[in-house]
Amino acid sequence: MSRAFLAILKRDLTLAARAGGGGELALVFFLTIVVLVPFALGPDLNLLSRIGPAILWLGALLSMLIGLDRLFQGDEEDGSLDLIRGSALPLELAVVAKALAYWLTTGLPLALAAPLLGLLVALPGEAMLPVAATLLVGTPALSFIGAAGAALTAGLRRGGLILPVLVAPLTIPVLIFGVSSANSAVGGTIPFLTPFLIMCALSLAAIVIGTIAAAAALRQAE
Amino acid sequence: MASLIDLANPTRFMRLSGLLLPWLAGAALLLLAVGFYLAWFVVPADYQQGETIRIMFVHVPAAWLALMFYTMMAVSALGTLVWRHPLADVAQKAAAPIGACFALICLLTGAFWGKPMWGTYWVWDARLTSVLVLLLIYLGIIALRRALDEPSRAGRPVAILTLVGFVNVPIIKFSVDWWNTLHQPASVFRAGGPTIHPSMLWPLLILATGFTLLALALHLVAMRAEIMRRRVRTLTILEAERLDRLALQGVLA
Repeated sequence: MSRAFLAILKRDLTLAARAGGGGELALVFFLTIVVLVPFALGPDLNLLSRIGPAILWLGALLSMLIGLDRLFQGDEEDGSLDLIRGSALPLELAVVAKALAYWLTTGLPLALAAPLLGLLVALPGEAMLPVAATLLVGTPALSFIGAAGAALTAGLRRGGLILPVLVAPLTIPVLIFGVSSANSAVGGTIPFLTPFLIMCALSLAAIVIGTIAAAAALRQAE
Repeated sequence: MASLIDLANPTRFMRLSGLLLPWLAGAALLLLAVGFYLAWFVVPADYQQGETIRIMFVHVPAAWLALMFYTMMAVSALGTLVWRHPLADVAQKAAAPIGACFALICLLTGAFWGKPMWGTYWVWDARLTSVLVLLLIYLGIIALRRALDEPSRAGRPVAILTLVGFVNVPIIKFSVDWWNTLHQPASVFRAGGPTIHPSMLWPLLILATGFTLLALALHLVAMRAEIMRRRVRTLTILEAERLDRLALQGVLA
């Protein structure tokens, strides 16, 4: 059971590393968004440092969304999804393996890169680690909510366009608490831990619901 | 329970809904006519909000129905996923555009009410934002249904999305409430106003009932149209298969 789980995880990590176009593309996209913002708002460093956490969160969220449509689509096209469905491994665990691999190759690098990109938006030094921490625990939620959306659109030809429309409204709670805990790290009236713990809870709930919904969607698609 | 199963039979549903529809539509029109008469000519202007209070009589029922139709869609989604009943999927499909319309009406009337009262069409207030998100989820569900080209297989993915979205709606409402109290004082609807006066409450209840009956009548019409559309589709496929077979026999003979 766990061997099949690890095999799927390893396969997806290897694919991301060798086939390319996965994690590093999301990182480049993240950088692009962060670079675009000062051009749109003007290079006012005070303003940028005030909205810095929000820019980083928005950039990370959009970067998580762009690669999502390939999460199950490639497997659907080459038939490996049928093999996964037919194996003894419960479909839920296969979904966890794939979403975990997606997070490891996309969400984790985004969270690790956030302090560096924080320099571009004049994020104060003491806020770097907290912002990275909020992204670290928030991006799994995005990955698993996204997996549910990706499973729903796996067989669609226009899935790439419809997927962000479906997933984005569902990520709003995570965005709200992610940004508010990141903001409270920069300075504010509430302690950092309060919104942070709520976001952790949202992330855990999203992992459960996303897994069940994605597995159900894959099951009925065969 | 037996009656519920009977009703779930599409043929029986067509017959019963056909009988029910004129009464439902008639009652809706009667209540709406009475309610709008009261709301326009009888209800006094509010001592604080003046004539704009009359917007409430459309705004509040629309908000209520937007939520009610989403709940109905979630129940239908359960019917599709658990009992795999085709009629539940028909109900879900028919409800989505109606609910989305009421959410839109709620937002638009709210904007027209907000301009004279708050001085702005839009505030990022908890209630406004959560209704906007509800509209987005409605549109996403409609978009997913339209993207799935095989109608018989569209039901279950759409049902899953409907349920996932339902989980999110209370979270959105709660979290944005919580978030807003941090950044700006919550702007409570009717703040400082009186608890609603009976002279306004009764027309509101009559109109809310009228709008609900109207929405249910529209829902039945949409469901009947969808059942007929599916029958036509099935008949077309059967006919195409029959012609196909005939042509094949002709080739063989």
